[in-house]
Amino acid sequence: MIHIEKLTKYYNELCAVDRIDLDINKGEVLGLLGPNGAGKTTTLRVLTGFLKPTSGSIRINGYNIDEHLLQIKGLIGYLPESAPLYYNMLVFDYLNFVADIRGIESNKKLTRIRELSDLCGLNEVMHKSIGELSKGYKQRTGLAHAMMSNPEILVLDEPTSGLDPNQIVEIRKIIKQIGKEKTIIFSTHILSEAEATSDRIVIINQGKIVADGSAQSLKGSGQSESSVNIALKGPDFESVKDLFSADNTIVRIEPDDNGNDDIVRIKLYCRSSSDLMENIYKKIKATDWVLVELHQDTKTLEKIFRELTMEQ
Amino acid sequence: MSQIRHIFTKEFKDYFVSPIAYIVISIFLLVTGWFFFTTFFIYDQASLRNFFTLLPIIFSFVIPAITMRLFAEEMSVGSYEILLTLPVTSGDIILGKFFASVAFVAAMLLPTILYPVSISFLGSLDWGPVAGGYIGAILLGAAFSAIGLFASSLTRNQIIAFITGVAICFALTIIDKMLFFFPKYILCFLENLGADFHFKNVSKGILDSRDIIYFLSVVFIGLYCSHMVLQNKK
Repeated sequence: MIHIEKLTKYYNELCAVDRIDLDINKGEVLGLLGPNGAGKTTTLRVLTGFLKPTSGSIRINGYNIDEHLLQIKGLIGYLPESAPLYYNMLVFDYLNFVADIRGIESNKKLTRIRELSDLCGLNEVMHKSIGELSKGYKQRTGLAHAMMSNPEILVLDEPTSGLDPNQIVEIRKIIKQIGKEKTIIFSTHILSEAEATSDRIVIINQGKIVADGSAQSLKGSGQSESSVNIALKGPDFESVKDLFSADNTIVRIEPDDNGNDDIVRIKLYCRSSSDLMENIYKKIKATDWVLVELHQDTKTLEKIFRELTMEQ
Repeated sequence: MSQIRHIFTKEFKDYFVSPIAYIVISIFLLVTGWFFFTTFFIYDQASLRNFFTLLPIIFSFVIPAITMRLFAEEMSVGSYEILLTLPVTSGDIILGKFFASVAFVAAMLLPTILYPVSISFLGSLDWGPVAGGYIGAILLGAAFSAIGLFASSLTRNQIIAFITGVAICFALTIIDKMLFFFPKYILCFLENLGADFHFKNVSKGILDSRDIIYFLSVVFIGLYCSHMVLQNKK
């Protein structure tokens, strides 16, 4: 549906986006991740036609962005970062204006605005001016603005930034709800959010794509070594080390930071294998130590993100 | 075309939602009323000539104040991003805003119709120059609006937009009074550049195509330059 090829954008000398290739399919919810200044917003701005690419091409539904910008704008609903709406307009007037521009027939306008107001929870603020709204309501108004013409593609730039946890959950709920039928591209630097709402995660850093895939596949990638934490009551560190040193799947044994109690915490670094946990458990079972804790460190998205974006 | 209308409606309403419209209109009426009527009874003539003589100078201050927010505010708030990603072209945006500003100038001139009406009771008023004056005022207002719109597209700071607009409009107004500074061979050219020079003709009731073409070309240049500035910002 969206086909981005060798997209590059320079601000004077500064290269914000560097030859990005990206294909986005219909119905996908894509989370764009990256540290500040990675080029997320620039990518979205070029995609929505606010900025012109320095080079490269974007095709959406077969339309080329250089020639059919107006048609492309019609396909996309866009919510810019921090929802910069017209502060002196009433929410209702504003949505009315957007409905006019989006070419919604005047007899359907009111029903559409009502639908969106229900969906985004705007009923109480319809007759307040946008400048008076709290950040959460402003964001919701922006969301209603983006969804006005029921566009096939929704582009949301940091839709949950600056919201409180309840509002974040609500906005995510809305995103998930519309994501069932629409293509959604959203940027964020909150990793759990990308994990929770998107089918596919693209991480960009310094204008380049450094990772692309589902949250699951991203977690599976990377190094093959995994670590297991165990806490035992009874033995000291040396005797545990002796027990596991015979096992050749275990690469390294390190003491974890100990509390003041008589529990020994140990970190085992091992080569990944399917019966890893089973092995460890059986070994401990043969002794008379008490097993207090046994868990494998799952590789979090945070960790992958740090690995990928801290390198340079 | 309908997109231009929607933007026009929004911008025109916006003027009257904020206090700017009322402040600008009051100041305009106060200043013109004061300057016109203080000398009106001294001249003892039932004509609006003095009112129209003043207009270019007053317009060159008032109109940039009307147009300064059109782009500068959008850019500083960031709503420009929203506007531009709606299915409209930058031409629609520029024309919509331009027509809103011209309509506002017309709304501002509307109460001054009371001047000729009340004067017509005092003596025999020649309505020809009055009609010409109002047509000229709209043309002048359109030309200055285009310039102000261009000034507003240059910056996100409304004060800078205002000052730039005033500088250009004021220069066009007084250039035909500064001719003695210039060498002889460009006098005719410079004189024809002056907005006041052309406005004077129209406000006498003479509708010459040269004057109308002058105002329309200023409008075109102003709008085209705004268009180029906005394209360049992409």
